[in-house]
Amino acid sequence: MQITKKDYAELTKKRSPNTKLPKTLTKAFLIGGAICVIGQGFLNLYTRLGFDKIDAGALTSVSLMFIAAVLTGFRIYDKIARHAGAGSIVPITGFANSVVSPALEFKTEGYILGVGAKMFVIAGPVILYGITASVIYGVILYVFGR
Amino acid sequence: MDYLWAFLVGGTICLIGQLLIDLTKLSPARILVSFVVAGVFLSAIGWYGALVEFAGAGATVPLTGFGYLLAEGVKKAVQTDGLIGALTGGFTAASCGLATVMILGLLVSLLFKRGDRVS
Amino acid sequence: MGKFIQGGTVQMFNAPSVKSYAAAVGKKEGEGPLADCFDYIGEDVTLGTDSWEKAENMLQKYAFSIALQKGSLAQTDIAMIFAGDLLNQCTASGYAVRDFDIPFVGLYGACSTMAESLALASVFIENGLGGNIAALTSSHFCAAERQFRFPLNYGGQRTPTSQWTATAAGCAVVSSREMPPYINAVTFGKIKDYGITDVNNMGAAMSGAAYDTISTHLSNTSKSIDDFDYIVTGDLGLVGSELLYDLFDKDRVNIQKKHKDCGLMLYDLKGQDIHAGGSGCGCAASVLCGYFLQEIAQGKIKNILFTATGALMSPTMIQQGESIPGIAHAIHISSE
Repeated sequence: MQITKKDYAELTKKRSPNTKLPKTLTKAFLIGGAICVIGQGFLNLYTRLGFDKIDAGALTSVSLMFIAAVLTGFRIYDKIARHAGAGSIVPITGFANSVVSPALEFKTEGYILGVGAKMFVIAGPVILYGITASVIYGVILYVFGR
Repeated sequence: MDYLWAFLVGGTICLIGQLLIDLTKLSPARILVSFVVAGVFLSAIGWYGALVEFAGAGATVPLTGFGYLLAEGVKKAVQTDGLIGALTGGFTAASCGLATVMILGLLVSLLFKRGDRVS
Repeated sequence: MGKFIQGGTVQMFNAPSVKSYAAAVGKKEGEGPLADCFDYIGEDVTLGTDSWEKAENMLQKYAFSIALQKGSLAQTDIAMIFAGDLLNQCTASGYAVRDFDIPFVGLYGACSTMAESLALASVFIENGLGGNIAALTSSHFCAAERQFRFPLNYGGQRTPTSQWTATAAGCAVVSSREMPPYINAVTFGKIKDYGITDVNNMGAAMSGAAYDTISTHLSNTSKSIDDFDYIVTGDLGLVGSELLYDLFDKDRVNIQKKHKDCGLMLYDLKGQDIHAGGSGCGCAASVLCGYFLQEIAQGKIKNILFTATGALMSPTMIQQGESIPGIAHAIHISSE
């Protein structure tokens, strides 16, 4: 029997279970929201301690990333992420996890070519295109902003 | 009240991310890139700033908030330094976060044992 | 002798024996439904080493040494080793075998490697080259994960179609006809690519190849599904297995009643959170060498068509937008 790629793709689609959207979406919403609430807690705390808006925001990020790094080290972050999906990928804690996990994983290849070179294997594109977008925005501001 | 809005807005941004993962089969890396770029864009047109005022950490903690940080940094730097600010603004604003995450990565790789994964 | 190869099939007239066999697995596999079948179960995934890759070397060493022990063989009795794994440059095998002082042929057939190595070993023995040839295959979840996907502790979410690379190794020593299990015929499969690009759906990428090789083998050897107790596939998992039923349905053949998939046997899918099933060279290898060969040797199972499937892709080709080529090799293993 001959089967075309098109038939095969249809069969595959029929037989491949989809993610259970209501479940994954709910978990992503709840856990992602919860991480932001913790962030808000830090933000309020640092504001109350007298830091200005920018410093309080920066300290909030540092605190959240610290927690995420420790949880990654103790292998807890990936267990949370199993349920949370985007709920733990999208917050800044996920950014920290994406840097810390390759650093930890590739330490067997040494601190230069392992940890050093692989650290930004996931987060690198985020920084590259984030900075690129910001530079473009800056140039536009400069050209049209005056 | 600020906690509720942080929860709802932050949760919703993550939910959009999950929708993209589940429906488009985009890899997490692509989704993160689009979130940061979207953050820069939405800040440039002024929307994200409004959301930050309203939702606080609910808007700054998701990665779109990193884009907002970059855009705000660039805006300020261009105002004070001119064109050179377009190049320095982003990194200046992101420097705290980036330095932190590098040090954390290094520290964790020094202090922790590599882990298995159960599932 | 009348030996020839036609359509990839080699019919064995002397039916070589699988003289000895052993399976070594990791902790998770040792907690699965087949736990009692394995000769060695690691206490953790490191097996006392400091890297996943070295742990995989250990698995192969254990599988090989235990197979020798069980067959009362010395290293000098082994004429050649055909071995393969999933790692770049086939290093799990090369490094595992480097201390043995035995001629070594490294193979890459992705998850089909157990069938590939066993089939080649059988063809060598069938053609009167004599001695004992070991077919050795392994995979390691962590080593595969970091090479093909993400760092272990990265918080990615696995999709429902994704499969779990087995931390396991299997070794089968083939010699000239002596006692069961016997190798009656083998079919080397053709590469089949139906355009699947989702690396989290390996079962689907390999199912077409399994269908092709199984049907080719049956027609080349003039056999039908009913001549076998089981049609055993390597690691099609839930999705790939159902796809296989669909493909055979089109030929009005009900393969489902005879079908077993090593990827679905190795783990308790729900309890161990495996999603669509096990995969990896070690999956088919450990289930064959731990379970099926034993059952056949004892006569509890008479005939199986062992068809290990592989997805011959690399992250590089996937990033270049290529689809996933599938391969499958079939071996008729019999107790008579």
